[in-house]
Amino acid sequence: MGLAVKHCLVVDDSRVVRKVARKILEELKFEISEAEDGLIALTACRGAMPDAILLDWNMPNMSGIEFLRALRQEDGGDRPVVVFCTTENDISFITQAIEAGANEYIMKPFDREIIEAKFAEAGLV
Amino acid sequence: MTPADFDFVAQMLKRRSGLVLSTDKLYLLESRIGPVARKHGLGGLDAVVAKLKANDEALARDVTEAMTTNESFFFRDKTPFDHFEKLMLPAMLKARAATKRLRIWCAAASTGQEPYSLAMILREKSALVKDWRVEIIGTDLSNDVLSRAKAGLYTQFEVQRGLPVQLMVKYFTKEREQWKIKDDIRSMVQYRQMNLLDSYVGLGTFDIIYCRNVLIYFDEATKRGILERMAQLLPEDGYLLLGAAETVVGITNVFTPLAGAQGVSVKPAKAQPKANVA
Ligand SMILES: C[S@@+](CC[C@H](N)C(=O)[O-])C[C@H]1O[C@@H](n2cnc3c(N)ncnc32)[C@H](O)[C@@H]1O
Repeated sequence: MGLAVKHCLVVDDSRVVRKVARKILEELKFEISEAEDGLIALTACRGAMPDAILLDWNMPNMSGIEFLRALRQEDGGDRPVVVFCTTENDISFITQAIEAGANEYIMKPFDREIIEAKFAEAGLV
Repeated sequence: MTPADFDFVAQMLKRRSGLVLSTDKLYLLESRIGPVARKHGLGGLDAVVAKLKANDEALARDVTEAMTTNESFFFRDKTPFDHFEKLMLPAMLKARAATKRLRIWCAAASTGQEPYSLAMILREKSALVKDWRVEIIGTDLSNDVLSRAKAGLYTQFEVQRGLPVQLMVKYFTKEREQWKIKDDIRSMVQYRQMNLLDSYVGLGTFDIIYCRNVLIYFDEATKRGILERMAQLLPEDGYLLLGAAETVVGITNVFTPLAGAQGVSVKPAKAQPKANVA
């Protein structure tokens, strides 16, 4: 395992959620960038693939699930560990997310402990 | 509360559950007895102690249960479950190939996350244990936690802690805001109320014992007594799993840690051969 700082892209249309997630992930030693919808996130990933993506479901322009499907088609788009983090908590949504290529799923409201646990299970911390 | 009353309660707890309550835990006593006092229509700690001195059995039981720590989560600490899947299960599949029987005991099962984690692993490996008779027995002192375990209902917070989402969608259904473990997993575990200080006669023998995060509350003599009696229920090739902060070292030599397998203990005779765990 290298010592290189891992890069996490936080994709959420809520500035407050991005801020909270940033704070938690920075404490876990991630370098953070933010995107406020799927389209912006996809452009960012084309520039540089992050190691991890914390992804919201409902966003304008391009939803989380549309983004994820598109991402997995990109060159190197299979690499980021994608953790959905959303208020949608019905099994049908979660199953869709897994089928679209999500690695983990966090139901909001989240806290530091859950984020840390899920990122650890995904081998990121 | 007078020091004498504290002593009285501490001794009762030690006798009934093994719990060692040091004087710095007075705050714990105070915060946990409140709900019990209300349930029994008592005004406060002093009234509770008076009733305990008058041998109120139901109250004594409730106080004892209230003082235990029941926290648990799915796949807690992960490695004890990795070892089950990669080390103990394969070893047992070989060793018990003739009888095709496997018995596992979760000796402090609490709300069921530990036995259900094992049940899910076994279900994921069902091709390997086809035609096998696998039993998972979960016991605990507290009837309260056991009824929660039997119900198999968990909050959103509980199903997120430790449980990979793939297993969550596969083995749970959503009931309003709660998550319910499916019947085919639930039915793999049998629950029984049992005090670890009491006799283990009637439990039968086991191949694997999970006794995690409970010995930590006991004094050394109590730990030793429990471990030595557990050893009698395990064959020479059996496995014992303890919690991350627990060890057999310095307590008893009926078990010894298995080199390279964090949390796993075995009988000494079994410890010499290659423990080839990465
Ligand atoms: C912290 S939980 C451990 C749960 C699970 N093994 C784990 O590691 O996540 C401890 C459990 O031990 C039970 N317990 C405490 N004293 C006991 C005793 N004397 N006999 C049986 N169970 C006991 C408590 O009721 C509680 O549910």
